[in-house]
Amino acid sequence: MVTFEYAPAPESRAVVDIKSSYGLFIGGEFTDPADGASFKSINPANEEVLADIAQAGVTDVDRAVAAARKAFSQTWSKMSGRDRGKYLFRIARIIQERARELAVLESIDNGKPIRESRDVDIPLVAAHFFYYAGWADKLEYAGYGVDPRPHGVAGQIIPWNFPMLMLAWKIAPALATGNTVVLKPAETTPLTALLFAEICQQADLPPGVVNILTGAGETGRLLVEHPDVDKVAFTGSTEVGKAIARSVAGTSKKATLELGGKAANIVFDDAPLDQAVEGIVNGIFFNQGHVCCAGSRLLVQESVYDDVLARLKRRLATLRVGDPLDKNTDVGAINSAEQLTRIRELSEVGEAEGAERWSPECVLPERGFWFAPTVFTGVSQAHRIAREEIFGPVLSVLTFRTPAEAVEKANNTPYGLSAGVWTDKGSRILWMSQQLRAGVVWANTFNKFDPTSPFGGYKESGYGREGGRHGLGAYLVPSERSGR
Amino acid sequence: MSERLAVKKTYKLYIGGKFPRSESGRSYQVTDTKGRFLANAAHASRKDARDAVVAARKAFAGWSRATAYNRGQVLYRVAEVMEGRRAQFVDEVAAGEGLSRGKAEKAVDESIDRWVWYAGWTDKIAQVVGSSNPVAGPYFDFSVPEPTGVVAVLAPQRSSLLGLVSVLAPVLVSGNTAVVASSYERPLPAITLGEVLATSDVPGGVVNILTGRMGDTAPWLAAHMDVNAVDLAGAAGDDEHARELELAAAENLKRVVRAPADEPDWTAEPGLDRITSFLETKTVWHPVGI
Repeated sequence: MVTFEYAPAPESRAVVDIKSSYGLFIGGEFTDPADGASFKSINPANEEVLADIAQAGVTDVDRAVAAARKAFSQTWSKMSGRDRGKYLFRIARIIQERARELAVLESIDNGKPIRESRDVDIPLVAAHFFYYAGWADKLEYAGYGVDPRPHGVAGQIIPWNFPMLMLAWKIAPALATGNTVVLKPAETTPLTALLFAEICQQADLPPGVVNILTGAGETGRLLVEHPDVDKVAFTGSTEVGKAIARSVAGTSKKATLELGGKAANIVFDDAPLDQAVEGIVNGIFFNQGHVCCAGSRLLVQESVYDDVLARLKRRLATLRVGDPLDKNTDVGAINSAEQLTRIRELSEVGEAEGAERWSPECVLPERGFWFAPTVFTGVSQAHRIAREEIFGPVLSVLTFRTPAEAVEKANNTPYGLSAGVWTDKGSRILWMSQQLRAGVVWANTFNKFDPTSPFGGYKESGYGREGGRHGLGAYLVPSERSGR
Repeated sequence: MSERLAVKKTYKLYIGGKFPRSESGRSYQVTDTKGRFLANAAHASRKDARDAVVAARKAFAGWSRATAYNRGQVLYRVAEVMEGRRAQFVDEVAAGEGLSRGKAEKAVDESIDRWVWYAGWTDKIAQVVGSSNPVAGPYFDFSVPEPTGVVAVLAPQRSSLLGLVSVLAPVLVSGNTAVVASSYERPLPAITLGEVLATSDVPGGVVNILTGRMGDTAPWLAAHMDVNAVDLAGAAGDDEHARELELAAAENLKRVVRAPADEPDWTAEPGLDRITSFLETKTVWHPVGI
């Protein structure tokens, strides 16, 4: 095979100005944490320290929730939907204006390729604010009664895999419906959320409507357990999701949870195989596999198994792993040392349990957190790599003979977030999509997202939907007399 | 002329389309509001609860995949058979709830009418809560509601028929199957409803009814890993018990309808909350092209 040499094509970092330290964003201003505690955010691609980040403690959580409560009762809940919408439109526009800056910062802090942060994450972020901006003055038509009301203060906790996009998924519908928010970004990826705080200032968003608290799991726990939080929205691991479900038990707090997955990506023998291979690659190596809905279990019909594997390996050999800011990079850095350890451990378990491990030849950078795209074959349903969410660029390949067997294997998991189906037969696509117990089914495509499209899980992948009309439901109390 | 000696009914559980006694062999006395003996009801055990979940899971595939039209017909048929048992329901509701005959008749009539109301939703709910989604790309993208799975329903303690119908029918509309823990002190209408269901083309296992103390079955249902959702209506007013059940339900992230502080007025318009609480939204994407 001909190997193409690529010249480096780095995106300029000059567009971003990273401060040496960041405070907490409370009541419209950056403030220092009460106890002065901080932690460092690093660039996972080279382990360079990026900034000192304030760590919010109990006093800071109190202050942020109080600021959100005050903004809710004095400003935001009294404002017309039209004006709330106009603030959100403003925010969407500023995100577009500063899109390159956000994309570069996201890639630096998270490790994802600039091609993805620039072409997927940030455009979707702007689209999400645009979409929900338009709902703000139309809520009486959304199907939640003639006069649906906001919950009040929403405590929101987001993960590190799509830092800015998850922020948008949380904040846009919450603000459109009249809630105010206290949002905690992930410990390893706080920088774009802090830049978003500046965007809120530029948009003249009333103080306290959005508060950003940086910190680790303990800060999140304090936020979830705060008695003056009315609504909890969480995206992250199923384990933490269950802890949150326990924490809100017996309270009046509402929770929506978007949790883990172990999606089956199912390839039938009549599928357009080259397209399917692109879909498999996109399904598991997009964003280094740090995707809750990643197609981490490939189910291939036995009759095309050899063909699919050969094409897949050939394609993987062309993936470029390396500098996230290089515009030719396909696979970037693993987000943290901790996550890299987990991926390594589970991969070793995969080998120990008897699956066969394969990676394309690729030179990984010396500094930073890196893991080569990896494929396991000979995987059985009992293997841990077929059951547990690895959250990394690791694909487990299983086979099936009949559609019924594919369904049984696909559904044989406590998760139910997403699934993929590849076949040329329309009736089979529809049948499969009915049988799969998953919240999103991608047919002849994978990992597509849109603000109008409801996203969320079945079973232990959580409850509630984000996106679309359905996404409003998480942030509204339906009115009594509804017609609904 | 001497009065005919009545043939009295044995009240049993309803599991998997059959009427077993409790495997525990236990029963308890059901009395009217004045303390007069009405019946010996079966005291369901944790084993009975597990059997009921197995039956409900087994029935889920068939019931959830039946056409909405067919489910509507079957559920309407339930109302027809309830109408035929109207006098029996009135007797049981009057005795159990201490209502006058007139008030009991009203409660039973409303229960039957409510069942009809819900039966009509089977082939409408998907159009009301489903959508096609105008995504920014060459894809056809649509969202459909699907049933959550096996739902454990703790029926209201006071309203023994209207309350029961108001929490059971919405679960069934979309294709869920149910395990019901009936009112402890007023279980007779629930058992009679089981007999109605058994003769109304509702497949065995779609509804399973347990009588007995809520504390003997509810914790096991709330903790059961093959139960997908739980309606805590029957724990109304018992905050501590409701909290414990919600904690148990978190173990596999069951969808939970919380217990209200007090049992609500079931004569109020029900709305769609209880249908939508036990629905999942599935979104399907497909490329558009030539």
